[in-house]
Amino acid sequence: MSRFSPGDKVRVLADFARPGHVRTPWYCRGKTGVVERVCGEFRNPETLAYAKDGLPSLPLYRVRFAQRALWPDYRGGADDAVEIEIYEPWLTPGED
Amino acid sequence: MHDDHADEHARDDGHAHGARDFQPDLEDTHAFDAASHLETALRELLIEKGVLTADELRAAIEFMDGRGAHLGAGVVARAWVDPDFKARLLADGTEAVEHYGIPIRPTHLVVVENTPAVHNMPAVHNMPAVHNMIVCTLCSCYPRNLLGRPPLWYKSREYRARAVREPRAVLAEFGTTLPQGTDIRVHDSTADMRYLVLPMRPGGSEGMSEAELAGLVTRDAMVGVTLPRAPARAAAE
Repeated sequence: MSRFSPGDKVRVLADFARPGHVRTPWYCRGKTGVVERVCGEFRNPETLAYAKDGLPSLPLYRVRFAQRALWPDYRGGADDAVEIEIYEPWLTPGED
Repeated sequence: MHDDHADEHARDDGHAHGARDFQPDLEDTHAFDAASHLETALRELLIEKGVLTADELRAAIEFMDGRGAHLGAGVVARAWVDPDFKARLLADGTEAVEHYGIPIRPTHLVVVENTPAVHNMPAVHNMPAVHNMIVCTLCSCYPRNLLGRPPLWYKSREYRARAVREPRAVLAEFGTTLPQGTDIRVHDSTADMRYLVLPMRPGGSEGMSEAELAGLVTRDAMVGVTLPRAPARAAAE
């Protein structure tokens, strides 16, 4: 079952060193966003990529980040956003 | 006559034609690196051992090359003429596209809709226009079932880095100007979802059939780096 719901504030872990086939881009690590939707459960690419079964499956979220939260010098609309798919172990509750 | 023709050619580009002027053969320009040798060895072994036939392999490539933006364009045109289909497409892209008749599983499709600004009273309820754009910053994830193989620029490091960093500058370089006040949403396909932009139906397309509408929908419009063709321009081309 998924830990977060749409609308929840979440922060991406920054100090969560994982070797190999990590699908969490560097540019969102340590940043806070809002869960846009829960995508379902998917096998873990961090083990799946190494001929393992990728189990247990992990909840996957689409998280919306304000561009200005990602890039302090962002030049563009204040409401411009990036939405990124992130697996649950990479997320922690965001502060309100 | 024959000699005149040869003379003309020699004059055209101001130099004589020697063997070195021919277009180079593929084998002379393509770098055959370790990976391509590995591919050849693996392919030949699979065929020799009877795991695959050469024709199965050829047919798989033919199938992959046959997929293209016409598939996505059909889906978009259907969404423009059928509000129920559009609602299903936005709610569950995979289910709606399968039902429409394009096998897409096990891919999970998320359709993101470009929307116009909505002016409500009171003004605090105004909704800005939204424009969506797709990228895969980690590699080159792309809705191949609906658009075929991704263009080279989509896979380039420059597009992948800049689409999330300065999307408005990237759009401008594609010649795309959005109305003032439009919010831009960039979708980074980092994991299991694949994305398709549902563009806004162009003005002036009211009387067009579903098939004619599909002709307005381009690959790049469904990636979100541009807008659909205008009906008048499409008719003139």
